[in-house]
Amino acid sequence: MIQIEKLCKQYGDNRVVVDVSMVIEPRTITTIVGTSGSGKSTLLRMINRLVEPTSGRVLIDGNDTMAEPAHLLRRRIGYAIQGLGLFPHRTVAENVATVPRLLGWTQDRIDARVDELLRLFQLEPAAYAAKFPHELSGGQQQRVGVARALAAKPNVLLMDEPFGALDPIIRAKAQEDLLGVQRKLGTTVILVTHDIDEAFRLGDRVAVMSQGRLLQHDRPEALITRPADPFVSQLIGAGDRSLKLLSLVNASSAAEPGAVEGPSVAATASLRDVLSELLWRGSTQANVLGEDGAIAGHVQLASILARGRSAS
Amino acid sequence: MNEARITSARIDRLGTLLVGIGALAFTVLPLIVFKANRILPGEPRALFDLLPGWGAAVLACTLTLAALAALFARDGRLRLLGALAGICALALALAQGADVLTPDGNRVVRIAPGAGFWITLVALGLLATDALTRLQPGPAARVLILGLALGAVLLALGSGRFDDLSIMREYAVNAGRFGQEARRHLQLAFGSLVAALAVALPLGVVCHRVPRLRAGVLGALNLVQTIPSIALFGILMAPLAALAVAFPALAALGVSGIGAAPAAIALFLYSLLPIVANTVVGLGRVSPAAVDAARGMGFTDAQVLRDVELPLALPAILTGIRIVLVQNIGMVTIAALIGGGGFGAFVFQGIGQTAIDLVLLGAIPTIVLAFAAAVVLDALTDLTRRVPR
Repeated sequence: MIQIEKLCKQYGDNRVVVDVSMVIEPRTITTIVGTSGSGKSTLLRMINRLVEPTSGRVLIDGNDTMAEPAHLLRRRIGYAIQGLGLFPHRTVAENVATVPRLLGWTQDRIDARVDELLRLFQLEPAAYAAKFPHELSGGQQQRVGVARALAAKPNVLLMDEPFGALDPIIRAKAQEDLLGVQRKLGTTVILVTHDIDEAFRLGDRVAVMSQGRLLQHDRPEALITRPADPFVSQLIGAGDRSLKLLSLVNASSAAEPGAVEGPSVAATASLRDVLSELLWRGSTQANVLGEDGAIAGHVQLASILARGRSAS
Repeated sequence: MNEARITSARIDRLGTLLVGIGALAFTVLPLIVFKANRILPGEPRALFDLLPGWGAAVLACTLTLAALAALFARDGRLRLLGALAGICALALALAQGADVLTPDGNRVVRIAPGAGFWITLVALGLLATDALTRLQPGPAARVLILGLALGAVLLALGSGRFDDLSIMREYAVNAGRFGQEARRHLQLAFGSLVAALAVALPLGVVCHRVPRLRAGVLGALNLVQTIPSIALFGILMAPLAALAVAFPALAALGVSGIGAAPAAIALFLYSLLPIVANTVVGLGRVSPAAVDAARGMGFTDAQVLRDVELPLALPAILTGIRIVLVQNIGMVTIAALIGGGGFGAFVFQGIGQTAIDLVLLGAIPTIVLAFAAAVVLDALTDLTRRVPR
């Protein structure tokens, strides 16, 4: 668990982060979203003390982050940034091995860990370990960047616009990968983004920041149905808020038992996707397929519409 | 007409220029010069008359083939072969001519290469360099080629075949001093470089970290660079002489107003700017994301510098070192003016005696040394630049 208590950062008269307090549950993804200059990156960088707070404190599992030298703290926290910052003069394997090497792991342990991570990120070690970053595609570099951040098995992973430089298709894949890896490893992830859709897609909790202040920190659907601030509604956008709400729910979790006449959708499809499919086919109901491809249940158009309605 | 266009397209442009210059110099200017003693003006002699019939034929054929290769050959290896064969034939013909022109046992007459020889040699040398460039050898191969070429020249000079040439006569007279001045030349050039590195690298790092210092430091070093070397020697003379008088211990160490001390200090000062400036530029080009990632993963400041910033800035820093080394090797020559020693001693002595051969004995090794240093450091820079950013 990460507790952020009354955290402030001030440069001269310029208050960049103002009195932010929040609690981040372990094994969750928290996204921090805001416009540029909202203080979201500064907040993130205060967690691993790349920026030293002016006042307030951060506790990780109850321990004050000021209790040890900053570089030792950072070795226990994963860090991945936009533009990746892969070391161009080091191979993929050497890049991934960076933090284990700083921690003084044995060579055997490092080699085994690098192998494991490259496989986890679908980079066959025999083909990629000895390559240099510039020999990889953007998507592959991005995966190396995240693999490197996770190399020493940190409990906490900080990510600053990690997908910012990727084109939309690779970006969606990278987000998918991150969700999969996070579920598998149970890492606590804090991810900064300016993209509200990305924040909603990835975040178990979404924190909205503006002008250095934390406006709201809650579950995504709560942000849509009960925005705490006009800025939050504005950021989410009134135009498609019902669709955003639907996009947060999986077909499988909305399914009712029994098979019906109509098109089929995957269990992992969001209700937004199901709605689109129903409109396209001119149908009012669809079957939900389980992972084995068999019909696991169905959803009705009317129940989808009901879920997209404002709670109040 | 169509045919003519095709033919002209096939002729190599640089080859045409160099063959034109070389052929003109070879046929019009004197190739070999006879001097009754080392300071009298020379009388040109016809080189072909001095060669045996077969020798003249071999020389003419080899140079013709070299010219044809330069004009028409596409293959870099063929062009290189032609140029090297031309250089060998020309050098051997000169040695033969000197042998014939020198009366037995006469140590007074001087046989020197003429202007035609030098220009043809330069044209052939440029052809060889151009051919090598086209072959695009890797860094290691370039150093190997340099080593082979230097080895071949040393072997040829050591064989005694060229001993009748005026410059080798000067060498024979000064053989003892030659080694000593060579050592001194290298000591001054490399010693001042090492001392400058010890100061300039940290200074460059500090200038990178503290932008406010940058303009001031670089400005001051720029100012040093604009002082003519002779003026700087002059400026250093008085304080160093005063120091030596005030502290006899320093004088015992060799510090004095003239000699190696002011030369070393001047070279050191001139070496600072290129290294500091290139270190600042190199560090400035390191990706900020890589530095941020390194810090974020728990590198200490020293580790960021050692493991990320300096390795990535190394090509730029090596470029600075190359500039300094080539500059120093040339500038040490001037140090001879104030008794600093080095190959410049031969140059100034030769000027004083109007003995051009003695000037060449100092100048040619200096040029070769600077060239070799440039080739080796370029190769090193390329090796470190293997990984693009």
